[in-house]
Amino acid sequence: MSVAIIDYGSGNLHSAHKAFERATSESGIGGDIIVTSDPELVRTADRIVLPGVGAYADCRRGLDAVPGMVEAMTEAVQDKGRPFLGICVGMQLLADRGLEHLTTPGLGWIGGDVVEIVPDDRSLKIPHMGWNTLDQGQEHALLAGIPTGADGWHAYFVHSFHLRPSTPDTVVATTNYGGKITALVAKGTVAGTQFHPEKSQKLGLALIANFLRWRP
Amino acid sequence: MLKVRVIPCLDVKDGRVVKGVQFVDLRDAGDPVESAIAYDAAGADELCFLDITASHENRGTLMDVVSRTAEACFMPLTVGGGVRTIEDIRNLLLAGADKVSIMTAAVNDRDFVRRAAEKFGTQCIVVAVDAKKVSESGAPDRWEIFTHGGRKPTGIDAVQYAQEVTALGAGEILLTSMDRDGTKIGYDIALTRAIADAVSIPVIASGGVGSLDHMVEGIRDGHASAVLAASIFHFGEHTIREAKEKLRANGLPVRID
Repeated sequence: MSVAIIDYGSGNLHSAHKAFERATSESGIGGDIIVTSDPELVRTADRIVLPGVGAYADCRRGLDAVPGMVEAMTEAVQDKGRPFLGICVGMQLLADRGLEHLTTPGLGWIGGDVVEIVPDDRSLKIPHMGWNTLDQGQEHALLAGIPTGADGWHAYFVHSFHLRPSTPDTVVATTNYGGKITALVAKGTVAGTQFHPEKSQKLGLALIANFLRWRP
Repeated sequence: MLKVRVIPCLDVKDGRVVKGVQFVDLRDAGDPVESAIAYDAAGADELCFLDITASHENRGTLMDVVSRTAEACFMPLTVGGGVRTIEDIRNLLLAGADKVSIMTAAVNDRDFVRRAAEKFGTQCIVVAVDAKKVSESGAPDRWEIFTHGGRKPTGIDAVQYAQEVTALGAGEILLTSMDRDGTKIGYDIALTRAIADAVSIPVIASGGVGSLDHMVEGIRDGHASAVLAASIFHFGEHTIREAKEKLRANGLPVRID
């Protein structure tokens, strides 16, 4: 199996690369993990990962700056049905629009906008930074074998904005931080995590292994 | 629910740990990567490396340490010490750091915080605030920023400075009481609370931990989002697990997966 982690000048690619390598070897799935900015390798990969940290508009600009990348991603996902995982801002880019500072168009693969977190309790700190549990709204292969709920495993979050989907059916899991925060979305062969699986120790490695096994 | 974070901090000099982890048998207690792996296994929520390498020529060893740590530990890593330029931050992030802590460079040029946050995002810019109490006893509390390991006063008010760097885009504050650092008598709770209540971003309490009760106080009374400690963990006086059990027994939410 080949997994392409898209390099567009954003994201902790080193960590993501190593976490995917660890998950492929520990799970016995095997495969080649490549970090690439070559659209051709993305087009032909069995699995595609879009990481992303920083500001929404910067990430979008970075992605657009790689000639042919958005087209290659779109072709792989929409024509070939390849499983795709967005991480953090990479997940937010799946939305219709990002409303961080200015309005930036997203990929429009998951309906909704990326909006500022406004906790009910205004004394809560922003960014939402640290370890939080997941509340699962629906069954999904990416969460197979991962305990969720208040006593479940933890995922590592660091963000000030989150994806507010236009329809609830794309939300697989939320987390609570002065209200519901979207944690995991999925639609067809596309999924995205607001948290960082590559930094989430055992939950992260289990989710990555699930993504590698996923046959949507 | 978001959990309180417990963060061990390792001082690294020329690529080697100063006062390394001694709570488990390591092949090489001076290797930061082995110590990081031990803390990862022990359930630390994040890890912090503070580089105290004096010469700039030896910075390469730090990059190697960060890179090897990121390969072995799937937990957040903050690296600080000697970060002066946008290029320094970029190099650390590329090597595998998740957050970079800046100190003197931000004191000397506040705009550096803005440029760094704009370039890499608020989430990875930690501003280290080293503060000392300067008010007379009986007078209202006042703390100032000190540089050079607490030796050099700057005349800058610590609370005001924390608010300023928050507005400029810092994502977190690593607050160290230079009065308490190394004393083991507990965090400066009044300072911690003054800063934590004055800013909208998370504050990590540091400097002075000598017991697990101090950690409880840092969160409960100091309103910190995370507690950082060094020797209390390195020498095996307490485990990360014990720290979390203690926090939990005091009604504070912790992660024990």
